[in-house]
Amino acid sequence: MSNANGTMNLTLKVWRQPNAQTAGKFETYKAENISPDMSFLEMLDVVNESIIHTKQDPIHFDHDCREGICGMCSLYINGRPHGPKRAITTCQLHMRSFTDGETITIEPWRAKAFPVIKDLAVDRSAFDRIQQAGGYISVNTGGVPDANEIPIPKVIADEAFNSATCIQCGACVAACKNASAMLFTSAKITQLALLPQGQPERYRRVQSMVAQMDAEGFGSCTNTGACEAECPKEITLTNIAHMNFDFFSAKLFREEEVHAENHGG
Amino acid sequence: MILDAKIPQGPLAEKWSKHKFNLKLVNPANKRKYNVIVVGTGLAGASAAASLAELGYNVTAFCFQDSPRRAHSIAAQGGINAAKNYRNDGDSVYRLFYDTIKGGDYRAREGNVYRLAEVSVNIIDQCVAQGVPFAREYGGLLDNRSFGGAQVSRTFYARGQTGQQLLLGAYSALNRQIHEGKVKMYTRTEMLDVVVVDGQAKGIVTRNLKTGEIETHAGHAVLLCTGGYSNVFYLSTNAAGSNVTAAWRAHKRGALFANPCYTQIHPTCIPVTGTHQSKLTLMSESLRNDGRVWAPKTVEVAQRLRKGEIRIEDVKEEDRDYFLERKYPSFGNLVPRDVASRNAKEMVDDGRGVGGSGIAVFLDFRDAIERLGEDAVKAKYGNLFDMYYQITDENPYKQPMRIYPAVHYTMGGLWVDYNLSTNVPGLYALGEANFSDHGANRLGASALMQGLADGYFVIPYTLGDYLATIGPKPVDTTHPAFAQTKKEVEAHVARLLALKGNKTTTEYHRELGHIMWEYCGMARTEEGLKKARVLIQELKDDFWKNAIVVGKNEEINNALERAGRVADFIELGALMVEDALHRRESCGGHFRLESQTEEGEALRHDDEYAYVAAWEFKGENQPEELHKEELVFENVKLTQRSYK
Repeated sequence: MSNANGTMNLTLKVWRQPNAQTAGKFETYKAENISPDMSFLEMLDVVNESIIHTKQDPIHFDHDCREGICGMCSLYINGRPHGPKRAITTCQLHMRSFTDGETITIEPWRAKAFPVIKDLAVDRSAFDRIQQAGGYISVNTGGVPDANEIPIPKVIADEAFNSATCIQCGACVAACKNASAMLFTSAKITQLALLPQGQPERYRRVQSMVAQMDAEGFGSCTNTGACEAECPKEITLTNIAHMNFDFFSAKLFREEEVHAENHGG
Repeated sequence: MILDAKIPQGPLAEKWSKHKFNLKLVNPANKRKYNVIVVGTGLAGASAAASLAELGYNVTAFCFQDSPRRAHSIAAQGGINAAKNYRNDGDSVYRLFYDTIKGGDYRAREGNVYRLAEVSVNIIDQCVAQGVPFAREYGGLLDNRSFGGAQVSRTFYARGQTGQQLLLGAYSALNRQIHEGKVKMYTRTEMLDVVVVDGQAKGIVTRNLKTGEIETHAGHAVLLCTGGYSNVFYLSTNAAGSNVTAAWRAHKRGALFANPCYTQIHPTCIPVTGTHQSKLTLMSESLRNDGRVWAPKTVEVAQRLRKGEIRIEDVKEEDRDYFLERKYPSFGNLVPRDVASRNAKEMVDDGRGVGGSGIAVFLDFRDAIERLGEDAVKAKYGNLFDMYYQITDENPYKQPMRIYPAVHYTMGGLWVDYNLSTNVPGLYALGEANFSDHGANRLGASALMQGLADGYFVIPYTLGDYLATIGPKPVDTTHPAFAQTKKEVEAHVARLLALKGNKTTTEYHRELGHIMWEYCGMARTEEGLKKARVLIQELKDDFWKNAIVVGKNEEINNALERAGRVADFIELGALMVEDALHRRESCGGHFRLESQTEEGEALRHDDEYAYVAAWEFKGENQPEELHKEELVFENVKLTQRSYK
């Protein structure tokens, strides 16, 4: 909500940290004459422009598409990943969600597996490595069947789609008190496990992706559901249940099959 | 310089098959002796890197984002065309070819466009095999929707995020090759130059965006898959980081830049709200399937609306001008993008714009909601409606959207031949970074098609021919050209860091954007372009005197990154203006006010301008030299486009 001039004056408490090796601290900035129609990142742009004019080091944050799909922006705003509104990313958050005179606290994602690179940007390459461990269907380019030779019931396709909407932003990890990456990991596993194309590698995939997730130092899931509540794409906890089911199936009943796949080719 | 497009001889439908047969092959055991550098990991880059690695080549890939999955292809919404004819509605490879050539206002090569249409069907198969969750019907088969510039339904889609789903498919294929050790991936790394050894591209110079380290990388070939340059307008629908630097530096190393003035203005974007705006948001053209575009019939009604004296729902049916339906009865709201955009601009220029600024027209779903029900509309466009609501705080289920055109895509780019090779041997350009397939205007759902066609199905064949020709002799960075190019990059960075004036590079970027939008945007004139030429030169001089760049090289330094990109955009802007100035005709996205039909449509001059304008860099502050590649049309008859 804005003041009589239709603008807002805000105080920002921003986490500044030159790199992972140096301790960080909060710095205070004023954001003045902010239009409620600005996006949160545009508000930070305005602050940064004034910082540059004073020849100081601007606040570093990750961002790119600015329309909620690339997953590059992050920011822990007033104690919540991507700020106070549901089902959006920071770049889709607008200043009309705040009140004139408010103090806003801005922090990076905090998780052992996401070391700070600078200020508000963290290293999320652990997510890429989890995907590289098995988040794919092993087909080469060319030589595949006609697309309509693989009929998929609409409900299954829609459910797989819901899992596939993950933008790999890391809000689930940031929201979790254990810094668990199970919502993220399970989304890809579930998408591919639901589809007929994903069946041949289903049990091998779940094991290798979970193993990589553990190796990266993410915590375990204790079913508090904060990840689901904060996910900008509303990925559900059902995905974690699906992953656990497949993981235990692989361990208990399909060990031989998986073993043969891993070693026999 | 004679530009040889290397279009194969023979009938259109046989060109690609014959060409593939005639291309040299690299034997399987030799493939691992080659290193290929791929810059950019969007649809073109990720698909190329994965496909080449699958063949056995060693690939080194680069992106400036923190993950290859974030390249801006991710943001494409509407869909991807393919001539599958699953609807039995008369589609064919030839029809997709024809629609694309016509949509591009006859300024693309027949051979390239036909090949694009031909491989389009393979793309859908490939993506489905990867697990891309396209929309399906209850019978389990794939669904289609229609898009602008076509009268068949050939667009495959994945809700409103087709780009993300296709890119995640390509990213998964790329990940598999990273896992196999066939692709070495560098993230948060920006390419700053191409290394040319004895006339051939043999590597690149990069800057590590985390440490500032400037490094050289060698390869037998370099593939630029670095996207378009819409951000030259400052405000565009591109991602904040999208830039022209890789392509521009390649241009300055000898690669020709073709048709730079061909830019696409997308009709359905959310209008600008204020000077703070950092980007514009596009809403998929698919909205025009069910949304009806209108403006008040009279200036008086428009004024009353703008002042809030009347509400939108109070505007009577007879006071609404559904101008696209009125002017183009057969295509209606689904006319191509350039036509839809220009008409919206006409309404605004006429004083009939809506919204607080008066710079918008309506896109109305009232009738669709009445006809189909709110649930059906929600199922089709729900995420787009949410996005609109989020940004504007207005509920599109209750009141029409306000839309206005915004820069969205650039048809121009590095000149490439049929093999996707630039005129510098070993240097290739794929996807939006090249100029090749869309002529003067791109049809909706064709960008994803082209990016993936280039990466999955063209370059794996054509690159082999070049590699077989040069042989597998190892390459490394010991040639003095590497050290020399690196030195030049370091000098450029130092020059930027020495800028200690009082204006931020964002301020320069915004000014450049104003100039480009005003004089080289939706409508262009001789007089305006000449003015822009002067203004850009002044801006450039001022930039190198008064810009401020804080910080140092050996750290994360956004200000430095931005400065380099803005400096390149300024130079590109100047070239775009020259290109627009020399092309004294209207075609597609390039509309010269001096060249229009009596009905106000783009008037081409085929006898004079049926060529590709390819510009050669001749040195700093020197005029660029124009080379012409004549376009030969053997199959389609050049006609005045009509969508009436």
